[in-house]
Amino acid sequence: MILNDEKFRLKVGLAEMLKGGVIMDVVNAEQAVIAERAGACAVMALERVPSDIRKEGGVARMSPVSKVREIMAAVSIPVMAKARIGHFTEARILEAMGVDYIDESEVLTPADEEHHIAKRDFKVPFVCGARNLGEALRRIAEGAAMIRTKGEAGSGNIVEAVRHIRTIIREMRHLTILGKEELVHESKILGAPLDLVEWVAENGRLPVPNFSAGGIATPADAALVMQLGAEAVFVGSGIFKSEDPEARAKAIVKAATYYKDPLKLLEASEDLGMAMPGLDISKLPEEELMQTRGW
Amino acid sequence: MQDTPKKLVGVLALQGDFEAHQKALEAAGADTLQVRTAEDLGRVDGLVIPGGESTTMLKLLGYTNLLEPLRSYAATKPVFGTCAGAILLATEVLHPSQHSLEAIDMTVERNGYGRQIDSRVATIPFQGGELEAVFIRAPIIRRVGPSVTVLAEYQGTPVLIEAGHHLAATFHPELTGDSRVHALFLSKL
Repeated sequence: MILNDEKFRLKVGLAEMLKGGVIMDVVNAEQAVIAERAGACAVMALERVPSDIRKEGGVARMSPVSKVREIMAAVSIPVMAKARIGHFTEARILEAMGVDYIDESEVLTPADEEHHIAKRDFKVPFVCGARNLGEALRRIAEGAAMIRTKGEAGSGNIVEAVRHIRTIIREMRHLTILGKEELVHESKILGAPLDLVEWVAENGRLPVPNFSAGGIATPADAALVMQLGAEAVFVGSGIFKSEDPEARAKAIVKAATYYKDPLKLLEASEDLGMAMPGLDISKLPEEELMQTRGW
Repeated sequence: MQDTPKKLVGVLALQGDFEAHQKALEAAGADTLQVRTAEDLGRVDGLVIPGGESTTMLKLLGYTNLLEPLRSYAATKPVFGTCAGAILLATEVLHPSQHSLEAIDMTVERNGYGRQIDSRVATIPFQGGELEAVFIRAPIIRRVGPSVTVLAEYQGTPVLIEAGHHLAATFHPELTGDSRVHALFLSKL
């Protein structure tokens, strides 16, 4: 089983180290330095933040290698980078550069509309997005060592991340009360391998860290998903599309640690300037949704 | 024999794999408490500083004014640091240079083996037997002072050391299900 594999344990090990932290989207070295100074536990290199991808349209690809290299040279914390869904060559290039984690991400334009990357073969670990337990377990079966909710990237709206984390947790809780023969049936419904379904039924959690992403714009948003069961948060457009990125970055770092302490959250929420503008997701046309990418 | 009351061990819970440490400590026979404030710190018999990102932990220690309380705690009580925790305990940190709690006389180089693709699992000699050591973007201890005893080495550099009642490991004993290193720390309380 994949979970016992030594290479896989090392991949999950780094995800363990990121728990309780904030991973911030950055497009260049200057932003990476601001993120590190604010206390980010890792940065995510990408070509454009999701809200700009939404606005400008076109094909969103892996960040140019010169940008990734510039970011890796600028900070001492782990550097992640996004590759397109199914684009295993982008992933091999990022691996050859020595990035610490690859996000096979629905935020970029998918390169394959049926298959994800076969992630077990890689030495570099992968994180993938999921909206429900079936998706999460399929990605783990492919080799993902960290799962994050998809939410709706670039929307500044937390509603989809909440839906996804609640769904995953409810579906896991459901598995814990089923009998052995029911798990086989459940494995069929979820479209996920039986051994992973059985593991979740026995342990009541994902076998890899479960983080949240997609729409986090305030310290309160970060604390909300953490209280719902996320173990760390990714913030995309929420920081560098706000009025005062450095202050907001620090505030979200504090919120991820003190997510259960309302007084500390109040303190973190003071004097942050304007948050990024938000979108009403129910008014977005279906084809503009990023969360439906991934299979 | 009468049961001695269990020790209460704090795990610094600002960021990192603090829950894995709680499990390992509980398996070794201690009660645990997540430490996020100076008041929490006042309640515990010893403290574990977990793995995670040392820069993030330093920022959070600064934001919450915990740096000085932690320094005074380490002056009198046992502290065990793993990976990022070992970096925070060192008197000198390199690559890049950063400040620390300065509780153990040693020089530590961050990300000493390289990046994540250089992370590894190794078997190292320990207490006359063997120990599985998980190194994740691990630091390397480049120098130890005379007050430090080396308990285990890997590739010619110390990876587990003790200094008075403090303990530091550059690897992650909390990730293996083997609680011998945690038991060693509990013996110091």
